[in-house]
Order: sequence, then C-alpha cells, then structure tokens
Amino acid sequence: MTTVAVKPATMAQALTRAMRDAMAADPSVHVMGEDVGTLGGVFRVTDGLAKEFGEDRCTDTPLAEAGILGTAVGMAMYGLRPVVEMQFDAFAYPSFEQLVSHVARMRNRTRGKMPLPITIRVPYGGGIGGVEHHSDSSEAYYMATPGLHVVTPATVADAYGLLRAAIASDDPVVVLEPKRLYWSKDAWNPEAPETVEPIGRAVVRRSGRSATLITYGPSVPVCLEAAEAARAEGWDLEVVDLRSLVPFDDETVCASVRRTGRAVVVHESGGFAGPGGEIAARVTERCFHHLEAPVLRVAGFDIPYPPPMLERHHLPGVDRILDAVARLQWEAES
Amino acid sequence: MTVMEQRGAYKPSPPPAWQPRTDPTPLLPDAAPYRVLGTEAAAKADPELLRRLYAQLVRGRRYNAQATALTKQGRLAVYPSSTGQEACEVAAALVLKDRDWLFPSYRDTLAAVVRGVDPVEALTLLRGDWHTGYDPYAHRVAPLCTPLATQLPHAVGLAHAARLKGDDVVALAIVGDGGTSEGDFHEALNFAAVWQAPVVFLVQNNGFAISVPLAKQTAAPSLAHKAVGYGMPGRLVDGNDAAAVHEVLAHAVRHARAGGGPTLVEAVTYRVEAHTNADDDKRYRADSEVDAWRDHDPIALLERELTERGWLDEAGARAAREDAEALAADLRARLNQDPELDPMDLFAHVYAEPTPQLREQQALLRAELEAGQEGAL
Repeated sequence: MTTVAVKPATMAQALTRAMRDAMAADPSVHVMGEDVGTLGGVFRVTDGLAKEFGEDRCTDTPLAEAGILGTAVGMAMYGLRPVVEMQFDAFAYPSFEQLVSHVARMRNRTRGKMPLPITIRVPYGGGIGGVEHHSDSSEAYYMATPGLHVVTPATVADAYGLLRAAIASDDPVVVLEPKRLYWSKDAWNPEAPETVEPIGRAVVRRSGRSATLITYGPSVPVCLEAAEAARAEGWDLEVVDLRSLVPFDDETVCASVRRTGRAVVVHESGGFAGPGGEIAARVTERCFHHLEAPVLRVAGFDIPYPPPMLERHHLPGVDRILDAVARLQWEAES
Repeated sequence: MTVMEQRGAYKPSPPPAWQPRTDPTPLLPDAAPYRVLGTEAAAKADPELLRRLYAQLVRGRRYNAQATALTKQGRLAVYPSSTGQEACEVAAALVLKDRDWLFPSYRDTLAAVVRGVDPVEALTLLRGDWHTGYDPYAHRVAPLCTPLATQLPHAVGLAHAARLKGDDVVALAIVGDGGTSEGDFHEALNFAAVWQAPVVFLVQNNGFAISVPLAKQTAAPSLAHKAVGYGMPGRLVDGNDAAAVHEVLAHAVRHARAGGGPTLVEAVTYRVEAHTNADDDKRYRADSEVDAWRDHDPIALLERELTERGWLDEAGARAAREDAEALAADLRARLNQDPELDPMDLFAHVYAEPTPQLREQQALLRAELEAGQEGAL
C-alpha cells in the first residue's frame, strides 16, 4: 500500500497551485494584474506562473484597475478566461463601473449570447496590520450586484477548490481571499487535491446543538475558537462556513438553525446594511418558528476600517462572539 | 551620522542620463483636420468607394429621420440621432473587414446597421424590449454601450486576445468628445499603447457632451493631441468628409493590422440635432451655429464632389434615395408591431444556471402570471 505524503500547505500555496493547474489544463486561462508577473504578486500568490507559462499568460499590467478589468472583459469576449488580481480590497474600487455595468451583466445584456468567464481575485479583510485602504471587507458591494458569484475560502482545501471552480465557471466569480489566512496551514496534498463542495454550498465546520455560528472567510477560525471556548460555559456551538455568499446556501444554514434554534452571524465587515442583515433576515423568514431567540449579528463597527494599531478593537473576536452567545438566552432576559 | 560622513566627501555628479522614450513629432496630429472632398486629393479617390459611402450616407440620414419620428409615436423610448455625423458612422463600419470588431457607443446605432446588424435589432435597446437585440458575434459588433468610454478597454482586451491567439483582427471603438474625459478613455489608450494592441479609437467630436461644449470639456490643443501622451499617433480629420474619414481610418486599421499598434483619430463633426429627442438644444447653442454646420453637410459635400466629377448621375442618386425609403418603410412597418415579450426572460440570462434564490423568484412571477391569466378569464 502506498500512501501519498500529506504535508502542511498554506492557503497562498493552494491558490497558486489552483491557478497553475487551471493554466496547465486550459490554454485560454490568463492571469493578469499589477505585479503578478515578475514579482509573483505582493503576497506571492502568482509566484512562478509567469516563468512557467510566459508573460503573455501571466501579465504585469499597467497600474489601473478599471483598465485591468475592462481589458479582461474584451479578452473574455474573445474566448479567453482571464483571472484578474485586484491587489488589495480597496484598490478594486476604480474597477467597480466595469464590474457592475459590464462584467456582472454582459450575459444578461446580450440575452445569453456573451457570457464572461472572468475570475476576480480580491485579497480582502483585516488582521494583517495593513495601513489605510488595505483591509476593507467589501463583500456587501459584490453581493449586492446581480450577475456575480461571490465566494470566500476559509481552508486550504477550499482555497484550491473554490478558485478552480471559479476559473471553470462560465459566469464571473469574485473570489474574496482572506489576507490573514494566506499563511494559515492545513495538511494538504497538492498532487491529489481533495474534492470540496461546489460553489453555492455551505459546510458545517463543527457540529453542535446549542446554537449556530454562521460565518465565512477570515471569521471562520475565530468562530471555531469561540466554539471551543464556549464549551466551558456549557454551550455546544455549531459553526457553519458559508464559503459561497452568492449563491447563498439557505438549505444548509436553515437546517442547522432549525436543529439548534439559535443563531449568530459573524463577519468582519460593518453590520449596518452588511451581509449579516441579509443573512439574519433570510434565517428569520425561514426558521421563525424554530427560533428561541432573535438572530444576532457580531460584525465590525460601522466605521471606515481603523488604523492597524486599533484594528483589534474593531475585528470581531472570541469575547464578542461569546457575549452574543450569552445573549441568546432570550427567555432569561424577557 | 550625516550622508556625507557615511560616504566620505560628497562629489556631485550629473543625474543618470534621460532622453525621451519616443520621438513625439511623428505622433502629432496635423494642424488642421484632413480633408479630401473639395481638394486635389479627391482626384485620387476611388469612385466606387465614394458611391458606396454616398449610398450609405443617404440611407443613414433617412434612418435617423425615421427613428426620430418613431420616438414621437412612442415606438422608441429614446433616440440619440447621428444626423450630421453619418460620415463617421458609415466610414467606421465600412473600413472594417468581416473578421474585425466594432465597439459602438449608444449614438452609433447607424454604424451597427451599416455593419450588417438588422435595423430593428439594433434599436432594441432604444425601443426598450431588451438591452441588446442582436447577437454580438453575428456581425462582430459589441453591444451598444451607454456608460461613457467603458467599451474602449473592451476593444483593447479583445484586440489583444486576438493577437495572442495569432488572429489577424482589428478592433475599432467609437467614443464621443465627452467620453474622452472619462478615466476609462485614459486607461484604454494607455493599455493599448503599452500592449501595442491592434485597436483604432475614433473620437466623434460633435461639439457637445449633451449641453457642455468642448471648451468646458478639455484644455487640450485638440483631442487628437491626447494620443501623443500615450505614445500613439493622433490624427485629425474632417468628420463630415466621408472620403477623408474613410481614408484616415483605413490607414489606422492597416497600421494596426500590420502590428504598428493603436491610433487615436479625432473626427471633427457636429451634432445638428439635439442630444436625444428628450433634449432642448436651444438652451445651450444658437441657431446660427447649427446652420453653419448644416452648410457643411456630409451628404451634400460628397454629392457635389461625385456630381462634379461625373461619378454620380441622377439615376444613381435616385436609386440611393429609393433604397433609403425602402429601409425607412421596413423600419416603420416592423417597429409599429408590438414586440412579443416573455416575462420569464427576466431570469433566463442572469447566470448560466439560475441560483436557488432566482428559481424561487421565477416561481413567484410564474404564479403571478398564471393568477393574472385566470383573473382575465
């Protein structure tokens, strides 16, 4: 019996491998963006691709996000599958007109004649000590734009699987890469990547029966830590990792909440008009009679992303999650 | 420790050598818009091409008039006329080979029609029954673009992709003078020049961005001068001289096809009608200015040249007019029929496969429609 060595790998390595494998399998896959070529990306996620596939396949573009995404639209029109890197969350904003007016709706505008298979990689979120404009959680903007799929991995296996699925998709997919998980490690075999749930499916990362933590991306490890800590308080928490924000997996989320009867949505981005509001509303509409308490949200504050020396006060941590869990004892309060 | 102490005595030296990366002189546009009609250059023109341009100009003028009339009858939601600018529209469409691509703005319906798009399908956006009525791949015409200048990077990307694939394809993108102020104009030109993409940018400078005149739009010597900053040639042409526009664009297309990279062409023209049927142009310009441009009419200019040279007779002119009338009659007849719309189309083309959420909404609308039908019975 031969066993394949499974070694620890980082999320960044899995993302690189996903692009490499996609490029090897399909000559129409092109990686493009600022610094993705010679440098291998500021996070080194595209490291080695230009060397292996040439600068025509992994292209350092001029520094212009609207131009990067706009030219990717034209390339996709001509049958290529561009994989675009937006270097940091807040750097993507100049490209929003191309994203909203063209990328998201070209299939719709042309009645299905002109689909655009574009993958947009956005390193996002805080926790790495980045200065202003380097730590935004911009998922609500993408989620609010019909025509886009929006995914965000929390594990090494998902990073590979979701990015491969995004590149293979005939629709535009925004892949939100949690920057602070780039160097997180899991046992992972790059030669035989395990199969993961497809885009559109959430997974239960930890089973429990007292309450459900609904979360995604950078907040998944925080919620798992909170769930461990909560055991001391007698809480057995279930953690659902959404993985895919659009389409949204109502089925998995609601099945969990119906089992536990209580739910907290956890994310870094601001709570007001944030993803948690939508998720709480969906859960309430579908699980009202199963709920023992209101669906609560633990989110970042409704402030512009703070300077790095203060970000630990802004980001939802274990304590804030446990406080919310304590508030789920609704009957005791009323 | 100071810098001087670190390195010993500071010895001033000249800065590292600098020289311009490209000689700007050959990129500069001519001092005045290039003209053919009414000049000696016309003698060298191809009579057959001029007659083709003429027939399409006459059709285009009639098409503009008919479409504007259809807005008054409520058959089109809006129509941005290209009356007065037909030479640019026609030349842009005729200069391309079948394998090339055209990237029009919302005012360039006529260019799409001359390229072969069905006139009714070309007006679908403006009629309001769908966003793009035609298959962009059938005639290689991108969807009419309403946001300003955002189609320009698409043209660059497509041309770049074609070249990467080894295909001999040129993209021609049309933008207005107002569109040259947009960031996407800058980014598209910069990408095109850096990548040496086979693209031609045609600016139809018609004097106004809705109501704002060019003087309030830009401080550049001309819009064609902007090309120099990107490292591509800028060309200035009389946009009402169909022969000149065709010649300048043909040169730019040949240059791009041969691997010479992009060109920016500014066609100086005028929008003799309002921005759209919904606009009141009397608020921002004088009749005398419009009349001066009517005297420099693209059809009259070409007709005079053709007639004086004996290249067009009364029978030829009559044939062009009859052909244009037939186009208008067909357009009237077909646009006067109510389009058949399927409300379920709302969900059909958002994603390759509708999301579970869209399926639920689809079911809701279907139930509403069925209830409505029962109510009608």
